[in-house]
Amino acid sequence: MSKKHGKQTVVFGKPVGIAATASVVGAKEGQGPLGTSFDIVEDDMMLGQKSWEAAESQLVKKAIDLCVKKSNTALSSFDYIIAGDLLNQNVGSVFGLLEAARPYLGIFGACSAMGEGLALGSMLIDGGFGDNILVAASSHFCTAEKQFRYPLEFGSQSPPTASWTVTGAGAAALSHNGGDVVVTGCTIGKMIDMGVKDASNMGAAMAGAAADTIMTHLQDKNLHPSHYDAIITGDLGYVGSDLLLQLLKKEGIDISQNHKDCGIEIFDKNTQDTQNGGSGCGCCATVFASHFYPHLQSERLSRILFVPTGALMSPLSVQQGKSIPSIAHAVVIERRGI
Amino acid sequence: MKTDKKQYKEMVKKASPKSSTALNCMRAFFVGGVICAFGEVLHNIYEALGASKDHVGAYVAITLIFLAIMLTGIGKYDNITKYAGAGASIPITGFANAMSSPAIEHKKEGFILGVSAKLFTIAGAVIVYGTLSSMVVGLVYFLVQKFSGG
Repeated sequence: MSKKHGKQTVVFGKPVGIAATASVVGAKEGQGPLGTSFDIVEDDMMLGQKSWEAAESQLVKKAIDLCVKKSNTALSSFDYIIAGDLLNQNVGSVFGLLEAARPYLGIFGACSAMGEGLALGSMLIDGGFGDNILVAASSHFCTAEKQFRYPLEFGSQSPPTASWTVTGAGAAALSHNGGDVVVTGCTIGKMIDMGVKDASNMGAAMAGAAADTIMTHLQDKNLHPSHYDAIITGDLGYVGSDLLLQLLKKEGIDISQNHKDCGIEIFDKNTQDTQNGGSGCGCCATVFASHFYPHLQSERLSRILFVPTGALMSPLSVQQGKSIPSIAHAVVIERRGI
Repeated sequence: MKTDKKQYKEMVKKASPKSSTALNCMRAFFVGGVICAFGEVLHNIYEALGASKDHVGAYVAITLIFLAIMLTGIGKYDNITKYAGAGASIPITGFANAMSSPAIEHKKEGFILGVSAKLFTIAGAVIVYGTLSSMVVGLVYFLVQKFSGG
């Protein structure tokens, strides 16, 4: 029987367990509203390394090491590590996972990396191509500023629509048999171009992709939004979330009661000067790992639709006048046996 | 989706908060004014110390550049510009910040391909168009002189 439902959704033959999750964040994230939830808060932005990039790799390494430990599974039992970040050639993941010496699948989906990783990892396990898979995603404020904006010490102002890149890495251990929390299906998103060209307004660029994926998911499975306790987007922030609700409302879908956004959750915009909210691959990866996953474990949540969002752009494509295509993948995560 | 790009553009415009131009102008005016007034203070000090008229300007510029680079190095100048915007980026101190910040940032990539190659990434445009516009002004001045019989 086909596991494909509708246009873009798949439902796994057997739920894929999430045996453990882990998160490592920077000091600013540690001071945020979710500060006490994260596993490790690093006060040193360099993490004892010589470059920002090496520091990001260290975040990945620590998150993976901790996740392996929490899963009570030997690292050698993991069949693949799937990881992604924002840096050119995924060097954040590459150097963070080099020592692990496990089969590696590097992915790029901008800030949607965690969603892409969870979806691909679950498909691999459901397809019988592996029993245990690690998924990780990371970002670092300083590496992102260096690659996408200006040198860190260069003085500039950013508009209120700009987001603050989260320093952090989140990891999840997928398992064919373990865990009370499971992935039961996913909807792989299409690239959506809403014509937004402003790199300081990524929430607006990504809202269209989130709307398209959520709408397609609900249609494919013929569901009402209330089927989920929470529909959680990655890093739309305040502007993007507002636009997402508006876009879906026009389609006759109201998610205003159960929508949450990791970019809004992670910082306190009134005291932390984070403008539109948090962003980056590490944003939804750490918030899922240390906030929503524990809520699913403790039964505060029963079923969520996790929708990491990514803006598929580079400084080069923006300078060349291209608009910012975006993507969002939806992953259905629920308590086993509900 | 039912929303097309044109409609979306309007929605984005409405949903996106704007920076306060009046507040930013006031901050820029205040901080920019303080920097320039400080330059005047330095000017008077150097003059009082007996520097010649030709040299005073250079001494003032050197001092301001030094202070701006020092503040960049200890991670403070970007905070000033974040508050003051053009008030801190237009004076010579802003130019010093634009030169020194990439040098600090790219030291990890070595002195040749890092520091020296990236030194002009932000300031380069200012230098190119500054030179170009001064050439245009010079040309206009030359033509005006020539045809006005001066």
